[in-house]
Amino acid sequence: MKFTSVFAASTAALMIATPVLAEPKAEVLHWWTSGGEAKSVAVLQQEFADRGGEWTDMPVAGGGGDAAMTALRARVLAGNAPTAVQLKGPAIQEWYEEGVLADISDVAEEQKWADVLPAAIAEHMKCEGHWCAAPVNVHRVDWIWANKEILDANGIEMPTTWDEFNAAAEKLQAAGITPLAHGGQAWQDATVFETVVLGLGGAEFYKAALVDLDNDALTSDTMKAVFDEMRVLRGYVDDNFSGRDWNLATAMVMNGEAAFQIMGDWAKGEFLAAGKVPGEDFLCGATPGKGFLYNVDSFAMFEVDGDDNKEGQAILSELIVGPSFQETFNLNKGSIPVRTDVSLEKFDMCAVKSSEDMIAAEEAGSLLPSYAHGMALRGAQSGAITDVVTAHFNSDMSSDEAVQMLSDAVANSM
Amino acid sequence: MTQWLERHVPKVVLAPTFAAILLFVYGFIGWTAWVSFTRSKLMPRYEIEGVIQYTKLFASPRWDTAMNNLFIFGTLFIVISMILGLALAILLDQKIRTEGFLRTVYLYPMALSMIVTGTAWKWILNPGLGLQATVQGWGFENFQFDWLVNPDYAIYTVVMAGVWQSSGFVMALFLAGLRSVDGEIIKAAQVDGIPTPRIYSAIIIPSMAPIFLSAFIVLSHLAIKSFDLVIALTGGGPGYATDLPATYMYAMAFSRGDIGQAASSAMIMMMVVFAIVVPYLYSELRAKHD
Amino acid sequence: MTDATLISPRAGTRTTGQKVTRLALRYGLYALLFLFALYYLLPLFVMVSTSLKSLDEIRTGSLVALPREVTFEAWKTAWSGACTGIQCEGLKPYLWNSLLIAIPGVAISTIIGALNGYVFAQWRFRGANLMFALILFGCFIPFQVVLLPMARMLGLMGLAGSIPGLIFVHVVYGLGFTTLFFRNYYVTIPMELVRAAKIDGAGFFRIFWSIFLPISLPIIVVSVIWQFTQIWNDFLFGVSFSEAGTQPVTVALNNIVNSTTGVKAYNVDMAAAILAALPTLLVYVVAGKYFIRGLTAGSVKG
Repeated sequence: MKFTSVFAASTAALMIATPVLAEPKAEVLHWWTSGGEAKSVAVLQQEFADRGGEWTDMPVAGGGGDAAMTALRARVLAGNAPTAVQLKGPAIQEWYEEGVLADISDVAEEQKWADVLPAAIAEHMKCEGHWCAAPVNVHRVDWIWANKEILDANGIEMPTTWDEFNAAAEKLQAAGITPLAHGGQAWQDATVFETVVLGLGGAEFYKAALVDLDNDALTSDTMKAVFDEMRVLRGYVDDNFSGRDWNLATAMVMNGEAAFQIMGDWAKGEFLAAGKVPGEDFLCGATPGKGFLYNVDSFAMFEVDGDDNKEGQAILSELIVGPSFQETFNLNKGSIPVRTDVSLEKFDMCAVKSSEDMIAAEEAGSLLPSYAHGMALRGAQSGAITDVVTAHFNSDMSSDEAVQMLSDAVANSM
Repeated sequence: MTQWLERHVPKVVLAPTFAAILLFVYGFIGWTAWVSFTRSKLMPRYEIEGVIQYTKLFASPRWDTAMNNLFIFGTLFIVISMILGLALAILLDQKIRTEGFLRTVYLYPMALSMIVTGTAWKWILNPGLGLQATVQGWGFENFQFDWLVNPDYAIYTVVMAGVWQSSGFVMALFLAGLRSVDGEIIKAAQVDGIPTPRIYSAIIIPSMAPIFLSAFIVLSHLAIKSFDLVIALTGGGPGYATDLPATYMYAMAFSRGDIGQAASSAMIMMMVVFAIVVPYLYSELRAKHD
Repeated sequence: MTDATLISPRAGTRTTGQKVTRLALRYGLYALLFLFALYYLLPLFVMVSTSLKSLDEIRTGSLVALPREVTFEAWKTAWSGACTGIQCEGLKPYLWNSLLIAIPGVAISTIIGALNGYVFAQWRFRGANLMFALILFGCFIPFQVVLLPMARMLGLMGLAGSIPGLIFVHVVYGLGFTTLFFRNYYVTIPMELVRAAKIDGAGFFRIFWSIFLPISLPIIVVSVIWQFTQIWNDFLFGVSFSEAGTQPVTVALNNIVNSTTGVKAYNVDMAAAILAALPTLLVYVVAGKYFIRGLTAGSVKG
C-alpha cells in the first residue's frame, strides 16, 4: 500500500518535472492507414514528439480492424503487447478480462475526463470503475445522405419517418432513379438494419433488442416490422449491390445514379474529397426516428514494462483527449470531437448538427451504441445477429423466419 | 563414436525437421483439439468444458453453408483446374511457336497475391461495372452475367477466380508430364497407324497417373486453404453465401473473439484434410515397397 | 518433347484437302490458345489500365475501360508516397523487409529440404516412410490454426516480432513441400550409384556433394520458385508475427488497399499491387522455363 502510493507520487512527480531521464515511448497499433486518417494520426504523433516522446507506428489495415486484432492476439500471446491499441466498445472490457489492460485513471482524473465526456461514452472507457481507454472521436452511424439535385427535381424533402422514406423511394423508382445506394456487405446490411430498429422501435426498443438482447424484444412484432421494412428497402436497391464497397455506393449518390445512402459520417469524407459542398450538392440528415447511434474510436492502453513506456502511455492518453488533438483529428476524419467543450467553429454543418443531436440525445436518454460497429455487443453476439440480418436481406426469407433465426442465433452465441 | 555417427548420419540430418514438424504441426493440432473442448473466447483458456463448441458448430446454419460450399467449390475447382490444365498442356505441346509467352501468361496468376487481384475480379464480375455492362454496351442488351450478386451462383464466381489462379500451375505439371513420356513408344504407335487422339487417351494420359495424383494433392490443399480468394472477391457474401470453412474459422477466431468455436471448426477441417490426404500417403508408401 | 501432335505442322504427303483442314485446325488451335490467354490476362489488364488513370476518371468512368489519359502519378505514389500508416513513404521501405525474410527463408528451407529428400530417397531406414508421411501431412495444416500457438512459441523463443522469427516460421511450414520436391527428384536416381560410391569409401555428405548436388539445378529451381512465391505473398504470418519495422511488403500493401473508412485511391491500389508482385512475376518469367524442366526432370513422379 505504502509502496504503491510512493510509486504513484513519484510518477506524478515525474510528470510534472518534464525533463525526465527515460525518453517516453509508445508503440501504437491502429488501422488508420489511408490518406486522411493517416494524416489525422500523424497529428497525434507530432504532439507526442513535441512532448519528447518517441512514437513507433504499427499500422495494420483491413476489415474494420480484423487483421489488426489478429496481430494484437499474436502480440499479446507472445508477451509483446503494443503500448496503445485502437480498440472500441465492449472489446475493451473483453481484453480487460484477459488481464492485459493498464489503469490510466491518474491521467483521466487529472484531466477531468468525466466532466467533458458524455456519460454514456465515458462508460465504454472504463474497466471495473477505473479508466483503461482514451476516446478519440464520435462517428454518428444513423446518417442518411442525399443528392440534393435529385430531391429538388422530384420535389422530395429529407424523410423523417420510414413511411415518408418509402413514399419518396416509390416516387424516385417511378422516375427511374435508384432510391437507395447500398453496398451488400454484411456490415453495411447491419448498418441499415440498426437504423431501422431505432427508427421503428425507438430508443427503448433498440436498447432492449440490440444491447440487452432481450428475447421478447428480439421476437416481438416490432422486430418483425423491422424485417418487413428491410425487405421493402431491398426493393429500393439496384441489382448489383452485392459486395459493393460503401464508397462506391457514395459515389452513386454523388453522380446522381442514386438518391439516398444510409451510412456513417465517414461518407462525408468521400463527398468532400470530390469537392462537393454540404447543403448545396448533398444533404445530410438523421435517419428517420429519434436517437443517436454512436461509433466511438478509442485507444486502449495495454500493460507494459518500463518507465519509458508507462510514461509514454500517460502522455499519449492525455494528448488523445486533449482539445487540440480532438479538433484537428476530427476535422480531418469527418467525425466530431468526443469532448463536448471543443468549439465547433471550424466544422461543417453536418458535424455541427451531429454534435447538437448528440447532446440532445444524451439528455433524452437516446444516445445509443451502434451494434453494427461493435459498440453495443461483444463480437460473438453481434456477429450472430449480423449473420441473420445479412442472410435475410440477401434471400427471400420471411420476417417470421428471420425473427426465429435471430433468437436462435443469439442463444447459440452465448 | 565416429562409426556410430557415420551410421546414424541420415537420422541426425532428419532429426531437426522431424522434431520441428512434431511440435509445430502435431503439437499445434493437439493444442487446437484441446482448445476446441473449452469455452475460450478472446484468448485461449484451458478448462475443459466438453463438446459444447461442436454442438454449437453443428447447430449453426452458417457452418452448414460453409461446408456445402467447400464441397461445391472443392469439387468444381479441382475438376475444372485439372481439365483446363490438361487441355492447355496438350494444346501447348503441339509445337506452338509462342509457347514461352503463352506459358508465362497461363502461369503468372500464381505469382500474384489475391489481396488485389480480388478487386480486379470483383469489378470484372460485377454486373454493373464489368463484363455484363461492357457486353451490353456493345449492343447485346440481353447479355446477362450476374453470378457475383446472386446468392445461389456466387460460389461459382469464386470457382472462376480460383481456377484462374491455379490452373496454370496444373498446366505446368501436365506439360512437364507430357514432355517426359517415352518418345519411342509414341513413335511405335504412330508407325502402327494409331490415330493421335487415341495415342493421347490410351497411352500418354494413363502414363501420367502420378501427375494426376500430385495435381490433385496440390489443388485440394489449395481448396481447403482458400481464404484470400473469398475474402477479396466476395467477403463471404452475398449474405454468407460464399463462406468457406477457412473463412468461418478466421471470422470466429479473430473478428468475433470466439476461439473455442474456431478451434472446433478447425478440427472438422483437419478431419476433412485427413480423409483426403491419408489415402494419398498410403498409395505413396505402397509404391515404395517395390 | 513428345512426337505425338494432334495437328502436325509437317503434313508433306497428304492431299490438298487434308492440308487445308490441317491449316484451319492449326489456326483454330492458335485462336483457342490466345482466347485462353485473354482470360488469364483480363485481371492484369484491369489492374494496369486502372493504375494509369487519374482518380477523377475512375470515379466518373467505367472501371474496366481503357484510360482516356495515361498518367504515371499513381505508380510514383505507390512506390514512394502512399500512406501505409502515419509514414507516407509508399512500398519502398517494406520491400527490403520482404527480401530479408524471403531470401534466407528460401535458402534455408531449400537446403534442409534437399538433405531431407536425399535421406528419404537414398538412405532409407526403418520408419522412414512413416516419418515422410508425417512430414508431408504437415503441408496441409491450415495456417489460421497455427497462428496463436506459434505466437506463444515465438514469444518463448525470444523471436517475437523479429525477422529471424518470420524466417523461422516460413522455414518450418515450407519444409514439407521442399522435402517432397527433393525426395521425388532423388528417388529416380538409381540406388546403385550410392552403393558404388560407398564402396569407394565416400561418406554421406561427400556423396551428396559430389553426386547429387551437381544434378540438382532443375529441382532447386522448383523449390526456390515455390518457396519464394509462398513467402513473398504471405500475409497472415507477416501481419501476425511482425512489429513496427519488420512488416513485410504484403502488410504495407494491405494497409494501402484495405483502409476502411478512408477515401479509396484505386489507381494507387492497383499500382501498389503490381509493384509488390514484381519480384515474383520476375521470378516466374525468368525461371519459368527451368520450372517446367525441373518438374519434367522427375519431381512430379510419385
